[in-house]
Amino acid sequence: MSSIELLTNKEYKYGFVTDIESDMIPRGLSEDTIRLISAKKNEPEFMLEFRLKAYRNWLKMEEPQHWPNITYPKVDYQDIIYYSAPKQKATKASMDEVDPELIKTFEKLGIPLTEQKMLAGVAVDAVFDSVSVATTYKAKLKQHGVIFCSFSEAVLEYPELIKKYLGTVVPTNDNYFAALNSAVFTDGSFVFIPKGVHCPMELSTYFRINNSESGQFERTLIIAEEGAHVSYLEGCTAPKFDKNQLHAAVVELVALDDAEIKYSTVQNWYAGDEEGKGGIYNFVTKRGACRGRNSKISWTQVETGSAITWKYPSCILQGDNSIGEFYSVALTNHAQQADTGTKMIHIGKNTRSNIVSKGISAGKSNNSYRGLVKVLAGAEGARNYTQCDSLLIGDKCGANTFPYIEVSNNTAKVEHEATTSRISEEQLFYLRQRGISQEDAVSLIINGFCKDVFRELPMEFAVEAQRLLGMKLEGSVG
Amino acid sequence: MLEIRDLHARVEGKDILRGVSLTVKRGEVHAIMGPNGSGKSTLAKVLAGHPSYEVTSGEVLFDGKNLLELEPDERAREGVFLAFQYPVEIPGVSNAQFLRLAYNEKRKHLGEEELDPLEFKDLLKERAQIVEMDAGLMSRSVNEGFSGGEKKRNEILQMAVLEPKLAVLDETDSGLDIDALRIVSEGVNKLRHADNAIVLVTHYQRLLNYIVPDYVHVLYKGRIVRSGGKELALALEEKGYDWIKDEAEESQPSAASA
Amino acid sequence: MMAQATKEKSSYRAAFEVMQAEDARCLPAWLLRLRETAMERFEQVGFPTTDVEDWKYTNTGAITKGAFAPVAADARVELGADDVAAFLAPEASSRLVFVNGVYRAELSATENLPAGVVVADFATAFAGEHESVLRAYLARPSDPEVDGFNALNAAFLREGALVYLPKGAQVSAPIQLLFLSAPATQTAAVFPRVLVVAERESAATIIESYASTGESRSFTNAVVEVFVGENARVTHYKVQRESEAAFHIATTNAELERSGVYDLTTITLGAQLSRHGIGVKLAHEGAECWVDGLYLVGTGQHADTHSLIDHTSPHCTSHQLYKGILDGKSRAVFNGKVFVHKDAQKTDAQQSNKNLLLSNEARVDTKPQLEIYADDVKCAHGATVGQLEEEELFYLVSRGLHTDLARNLLTYGFAEELVEKIKIESIKRQLDEAILNRLHARLEV
Repeated sequence: MSSIELLTNKEYKYGFVTDIESDMIPRGLSEDTIRLISAKKNEPEFMLEFRLKAYRNWLKMEEPQHWPNITYPKVDYQDIIYYSAPKQKATKASMDEVDPELIKTFEKLGIPLTEQKMLAGVAVDAVFDSVSVATTYKAKLKQHGVIFCSFSEAVLEYPELIKKYLGTVVPTNDNYFAALNSAVFTDGSFVFIPKGVHCPMELSTYFRINNSESGQFERTLIIAEEGAHVSYLEGCTAPKFDKNQLHAAVVELVALDDAEIKYSTVQNWYAGDEEGKGGIYNFVTKRGACRGRNSKISWTQVETGSAITWKYPSCILQGDNSIGEFYSVALTNHAQQADTGTKMIHIGKNTRSNIVSKGISAGKSNNSYRGLVKVLAGAEGARNYTQCDSLLIGDKCGANTFPYIEVSNNTAKVEHEATTSRISEEQLFYLRQRGISQEDAVSLIINGFCKDVFRELPMEFAVEAQRLLGMKLEGSVG
Repeated sequence: MLEIRDLHARVEGKDILRGVSLTVKRGEVHAIMGPNGSGKSTLAKVLAGHPSYEVTSGEVLFDGKNLLELEPDERAREGVFLAFQYPVEIPGVSNAQFLRLAYNEKRKHLGEEELDPLEFKDLLKERAQIVEMDAGLMSRSVNEGFSGGEKKRNEILQMAVLEPKLAVLDETDSGLDIDALRIVSEGVNKLRHADNAIVLVTHYQRLLNYIVPDYVHVLYKGRIVRSGGKELALALEEKGYDWIKDEAEESQPSAASA
Repeated sequence: MMAQATKEKSSYRAAFEVMQAEDARCLPAWLLRLRETAMERFEQVGFPTTDVEDWKYTNTGAITKGAFAPVAADARVELGADDVAAFLAPEASSRLVFVNGVYRAELSATENLPAGVVVADFATAFAGEHESVLRAYLARPSDPEVDGFNALNAAFLREGALVYLPKGAQVSAPIQLLFLSAPATQTAAVFPRVLVVAERESAATIIESYASTGESRSFTNAVVEVFVGENARVTHYKVQRESEAAFHIATTNAELERSGVYDLTTITLGAQLSRHGIGVKLAHEGAECWVDGLYLVGTGQHADTHSLIDHTSPHCTSHQLYKGILDGKSRAVFNGKVFVHKDAQKTDAQQSNKNLLLSNEARVDTKPQLEIYADDVKCAHGATVGQLEEEELFYLVSRGLHTDLARNLLTYGFAEELVEKIKIESIKRQLDEAILNRLHARLEV
């Protein structure tokens, strides 16, 4: 009798540390910390007000430790450094002024930033610890009216847009981690696609944590005006540290009439070692508002990293005929924990949502899908279809499915289907009988299992995602 | 080429094969017949190395190598092919992708150069004609949503691509209508040549009208109780298996009581 | 809020003290102690509020504020055989009848049973040789997490039904347990308790019925426990058609031994607020259960089903199909959890919840959950919420059917799968009638 057991995880290849001098503030959190962050960034008064309001909300809130299917020791919020930036000139006239050490770091991560080597067709905003260090193709995008820059720059350059949209999708008191982020976020990306413009290239942000003591709190805001289209990708890695690190990000998307935003994530934060030591706590709030008629927001995520993942990219379907989509592959191995899924809130008429979630659990990990489909009384003709599949590898892991379906309109149609199974011996035997090795057979089956999600990813990301899964699941028959 | 000596095997604690011996030479076609539950499919699966089947004694030599020591994929790369009675569905994995991987694994094993997707596409197109297979099926997931007939044709197509030395066809005729049976059989006949061997596992004589065997063996209660030429199959068709059963019970009472 | 809860608790306390004093001499000491512990638990936790995840969608405030009081032992409602006839399942040859929680021997029938089989009310059982059975099963250490309703039921554990099937006993005719509410007691709180013990290789069918003789606004708080022994088979129908003013909170717990089979079908038609908590523990290899149900509710009704199918052993199978038809301003909640423990390999668990919303004021909240910690399993669940398929309607109408008729036909078809499963004609007929009544009511609107 054979059973599938796993060989060890292949070495996490992004685990290196860049040796660079940083400008750090003392650890700990208070109103003074927030004033200091705001001052360092020369922020206008309204931003400081926003932060302080969030901080005061946060103080009154409780950490959600009960309902998610995750366990972790209490985070000491006074033991975190809330601002850490590589020392370099504040404003960079060109890429040449970026610290070569940083350019080298991103090159090593497969993200070349210099003009000669830049990825064709993809504009990149590179975020290192608390700040954005470089954004490529800015000028070219500007010609089309597209704004793509670091969040700090947007606060200074486009304060009216920030004022108008920031916190309107995820309010500062939305949840514990969103409130914390709103108080202390340091940088992130800002995207604005004006009316009628189809963004001429993929936009992407690459997040890198380098400092072992700092948390990462980035903020992303994407606005697609009437008829605008944009595809945005994000990637993330961190060095291997024994200490857990907190990553609490907030992403807000706004789609007006006929606009489309496609947001793809390949999350590969350091997951900790086999025993669960170290790794990132990935507590993230991502939400998109389909404000306009016929608007569409699509989330695609491939979650393979982090010690703990807690995130529910959601869509508020306000505009009539708007569409929300969520495609997810969440893989947990060793001691990783994931409680992830989506929320689709149907408010407008004839709104549609589609959810495809593929969970793979291995090792002694725990992987939960948690999703809410809510149809309000006014959402005539709303439709949802949810498909949620879990694959188990080994008998020490857990796979859970917690869908919440709340329907208050009888013209709505909501369907949820879920299955849990393991890789079947018969499938494996069939492939092996054709001469395919055990490892290749496992990876073939897993990639097949995830195909419905992978095909939603932009090409380069799909290849990267497949490779990543293979790497995380090097398996063998025992 | 294949030498099975006194093979005993069990599944889920139940003894199924109780001493099978069989020799298959290059260029030969052998038919294994027998009533339901006689161990025909077990024999096929044991040859391919299915993990649920445990060989308790006996040996199997394939071109002089001990087949039982090899992993299922190693056996396949050595040239043992099993056409499954119930081909498995593999969602999300395309037929072409899967077959190219299998084909290249074998090429690698033989020290030959791998084919790139375009080269392989041509090869696949050519081989697909052997079983009159629609090229559209190649981009679909392995066996997913295939009709029974399409699944069986797909098995023979894989055989055509992988060119095994020994092909074991497990009930390939079951569930086929007469047209599909003709196509599948003609496909197998086209692939039959002096350097390979075929073992047909079947319950019915019908298939043997199309693929004419050199030898017919009757398996009953885990043993080959009778061997003969193709006329044995005709006799079975006419008289049914009871005749063989009675004979076997008389000559080997121990088998009945075991 | 707090003050209200305290007052509520103390009104139950007063009735509790009276009951304990009355029973001090005639009931066994272990039972008095058990009730005391349960009462303390109830006073500690009270009724659950919507802050508790399991009660998120069901507000029990009306029960808390309802000023319900346990019925005094001597409160007797005059009801004759003719009055209860309508509630009896003719297929059953033995039955126990309780009116407002009080056992009525003259309406019951306990003969016609195979040797050794016991169908008895608790008072009779406590006094007889089966006191040990009651003691063995009722006095087991209870779940420390037990909620307020279960605790309150245990605190008022007095009247109840015992069904005991000795080893190998086969009871072919169904056994009916009827719990009637009569309108004389507008604010009666009753605490039915049922214990079914099926020893190895025994088999029986139980019909557990709840009904009201009029527009009674009663509060029923029932606990049913079923123990299915090795290779035993218990088929259990629960039919709840209390008045649409009533409150019905019930728990059904079953535990299965090796290769035991438990087949539960619940029909929920009545009560303004009903909640049915179901727990089935597949604790030994080869056990198999069906946990099916249909809820059919209209304006003013709220029906909540919470189930936990607990797979703790390998090679067990569970099937669950719940269908809901919601009309008018009604609300339904379904929360089904399949939990597969680490060692429960080869589990096969299927769960499905389908809801049909006939009105635009109906609301449904469904939460089918899978929690799986074994890898060699086959588990699937599904949930749907929708109205009748336009395509199907169109098809029927295009064949000349009147739209209303076509709708009714499809609605009936939706329930068909469950109606067909019921092997007892009278229950099937009742359900048919209930569905048709619901549909006729629609036609008249």
